Amino acid sequence: MTTPPTPQQPQAQPQQPQAPAPQAAPQPQQAYAGAMAAPQGPPAMVPAPPPAPAAPAPPSAWQQAMNNAYTSPIPIKKTNLGHALASEWTKIKSVRSTVWTLSIFLLLVIGIGLLAVANTQADDYRDVPFTVPAFFGLMLGQICLITLGVLVTSSEYGTGMIRTTFTASPQRHRVLAAKALIFFAVAFVASAGSILLVGLMASGAHSGPEAGDVPWAGTVLKGGLYVSLLGVLALAVGSMLRHSAGAITTMLGVVLVPAILPGFLGIWESTQKLGEKMADYNAINSLAKIFRIDGIDSSTGTSQLVLLIVITAVAVVSAFALLEKRDV
Amino acid sequence: MIELEGLTKRYGEKVAVNNLTFTVRPGIVTGFLGPNGAGKSTTMRMLLGLDNPTAGDVRIDGKHYAQLKDPLKYIGALLDAKAMHGGRSAFNHLLCLAQSNGIPRARVHEVLDTVGLTAVAKKKAKGFSLGMGQRLGIAGALLGDPEILMFDEPVNGLDPEGIHWIRNLMKSLAAQGRTVFVSSHLMSEMALTADHLVVIGQGRLLADTSMADFIRQNSRSYVRLRSPQRERLLDVLHQSGITAVEAGGGTLEVDGTGPERIGELAAQHRLVLHELSPQQASLEEAFMQLTAESVEYHAHADHQGPGDAAAGRAPSGGPPPGQAPGQAPGQAPGQGWGSGWQQPRKGN
Repeated sequence: MTTPPTPQQPQAQPQQPQAPAPQAAPQPQQAYAGAMAAPQGPPAMVPAPPPAPAAPAPPSAWQQAMNNAYTSPIPIKKTNLGHALASEWTKIKSVRSTVWTLSIFLLLVIGIGLLAVANTQADDYRDVPFTVPAFFGLMLGQICLITLGVLVTSSEYGTGMIRTTFTASPQRHRVLAAKALIFFAVAFVASAGSILLVGLMASGAHSGPEAGDVPWAGTVLKGGLYVSLLGVLALAVGSMLRHSAGAITTMLGVVLVPAILPGFLGIWESTQKLGEKMADYNAINSLAKIFRIDGIDSSTGTSQLVLLIVITAVAVVSAFALLEKRDV
Repeated sequence: MIELEGLTKRYGEKVAVNNLTFTVRPGIVTGFLGPNGAGKSTTMRMLLGLDNPTAGDVRIDGKHYAQLKDPLKYIGALLDAKAMHGGRSAFNHLLCLAQSNGIPRARVHEVLDTVGLTAVAKKKAKGFSLGMGQRLGIAGALLGDPEILMFDEPVNGLDPEGIHWIRNLMKSLAAQGRTVFVSSHLMSEMALTADHLVVIGQGRLLADTSMADFIRQNSRSYVRLRSPQRERLLDVLHQSGITAVEAGGGTLEVDGTGPERIGELAAQHRLVLHELSPQQASLEEAFMQLTAESVEYHAHADHQGPGDAAAGRAPSGGPPPGQAPGQAPGQAPGQGWGSGWQQPRKGN
C-alpha cells in the first residue's frame, strides 16, 4: 500500500521563511534535477533554508502549512507587459501561418507592384504618387493580414492553447494587448515596408520631368496603417468570436459587402444616400483614396482612415470587455 | 495550499459544481476522484481562474489566481495534454510560456530534459503521441518549479511505462514538500499515488479523508459461503449469533466473523460446505458504492438478475482473498467496472 511520503523539511524547521531565498539554499537546483532524473530512488533532500529570525504575528492556517512547503530556487519576478510582449513575439514567429500569410502578402504587394512598375511610363505618374503600383497588390494583400490577425487570437481558442496561455498569464487584458501590439508592429512593418519598396522602385524607374512631383511619403504611412488596422480589427473579431473560420468570414464581409452593396442600394431613392456613403468608405475605395488614385486634387483618405480607427477601437474595447467576462 | 470555499458553478439549470469546500495541503499527493462528469475539470478550471465561479471562492496560498503576478512559479497545471498549438515546436511552446513569466530560457532545456523530450524539442507538437503530449504538458507545469502542481487525469491514455513515470514523479514532487493535486476517475490509480482523497459526485463533496482512513472504512472483509444445506446452515449461524446475508447465486455472506469459526461450526453440525472463502471488497468497489447514486452517465446493461443486488459489494470478478486492498483490481480497472455498479447500494 501507499506509504505517505514524508515531507523533507517539516517540523524540524517550523520557522522557515515564506519568501523564497535562493541564495540561502545552496544548489537546490541540482537536488531537484536529481530527484527528477531518478524518480524511483528515495526523494532527494531539499536543503532546508535557515530558520527565520522570529515569527511575526500568529500565522493563519495556510501560512502554517506553508512553513514546510517547497520553495523554488527560481527567483520571483513581477511580470509586466514586457514579458507578455516577449511571449507573444515568440508565439507569432514560431508558427507557420505567420510565415505563409506574410510571404503571400509580400509576394502580392511587391510582385504586382513590380509588374505595374514595369508596365507604366513616367507620365503615368504625373497626377498620382509613385506608390500607386503597391495599391493593386494591397487590395488583395489585405486579406492576408486579416487572416493573420484572426489567427493570432482565434487559433489559440481552436487549439486549446488559450487555457495554457491564461493559466500562465491570468492578466488576460495584458495578453490581448501584447497580441495586438506585436501583430500591429509586424503588420505595419510588412505593409509600410513593402509599399515603400514599391514606391522606391517606381521612383527609381520613372522619376523625371514627365512624372509629376506628387508627395508619396504619406501614402506609405497611411496605406500601411490602414491595412494594419484592418488586421487589428480582425484580431479583435477573432478574440470575440473565438473561431477562425467564423472570424475570417466576418472580416471578409466587412471588407467586401460595403463594396458590393452600393450597387443595390442605388436602386431605391431612400437608400441612395447610404449607398453613396458605403461606396465612399468601403475598404477598397478607402485604400484607393489613400493612394490618390483619382488624382492630385482628390481627398487623401483621412476621413476613411479615421472611420477605421474608430471602428477598430470599438472592436478592441469590446474584445477586452468580453475577454474578462467569459469563461475559457 | 489550495483552499476552496463553497465553490459553485452553474451552467443554466445544471449545477456542475455544488458548494465544494475542502483544502489541498502541501507535502502530500491529494487525489481528486469522481466519475466522469462529476465536475473535476470544472473545479480545476475555476481554480486556475479560467472559469468564473457562480458562487464561492477559491484561493491559492491565500490569493485569487488572477492576483498571482507570475503564476507559473506558484502553480503548475496540466489540464489537457493537447492544450497547445500543434504547429509550434515543443521548445517554442515552453519558451513562450517561460517568457510570459520571466523564467530564464535555460529552464526550458531543464524541464525538457526532466520529461525526456530533449530529442524532439524542435519537433512540432502536432506529431506527438498522447504520451509525449502529456509529457510536454507536464514540462509546462514544472517550468516555474512551482510549489503547487495540479494534474487533470494525467494517466489517461498512457502506456504502463508512462503511468509508472507519472506516478513516481507525483510522489517525488510531493516528497519535496510541494502540494500535488491530481484528478482521476480510477480509484486503483489513486490508491497507488494519493495520500489524501477528495471524492466528488455530481459536483458535491462525497468524501474528504486520508487514504488510510478511506481504506479502513471502505475495504469490507467478509466470508462467502455456499452449501447444499443452506437452511440448516442459516439456522446454525443464527443460533450462534452470526448474521448471514443472502447474496446472489445461492451464496451467503457473513460479516465480522472469521472463516475459522464458521468452518468449525459447520464441522460441529456436520454440514457440507461447497465454499468457505474470505473476501475483501476492493477500493474500486468502495468508490463505486460511494458514487453510485451520483453517476451521471450510466451504461445500460441488462444482466441484472435478482441475485445481483449485492453485486455492488462483491462482484464475481472480485479480488482473490488475501490481496491487499487498494491493489485489488490492479491495472485492469475495466474488470471491476460495469457489473451492476450503477445500482443503488443495498444492504449497507
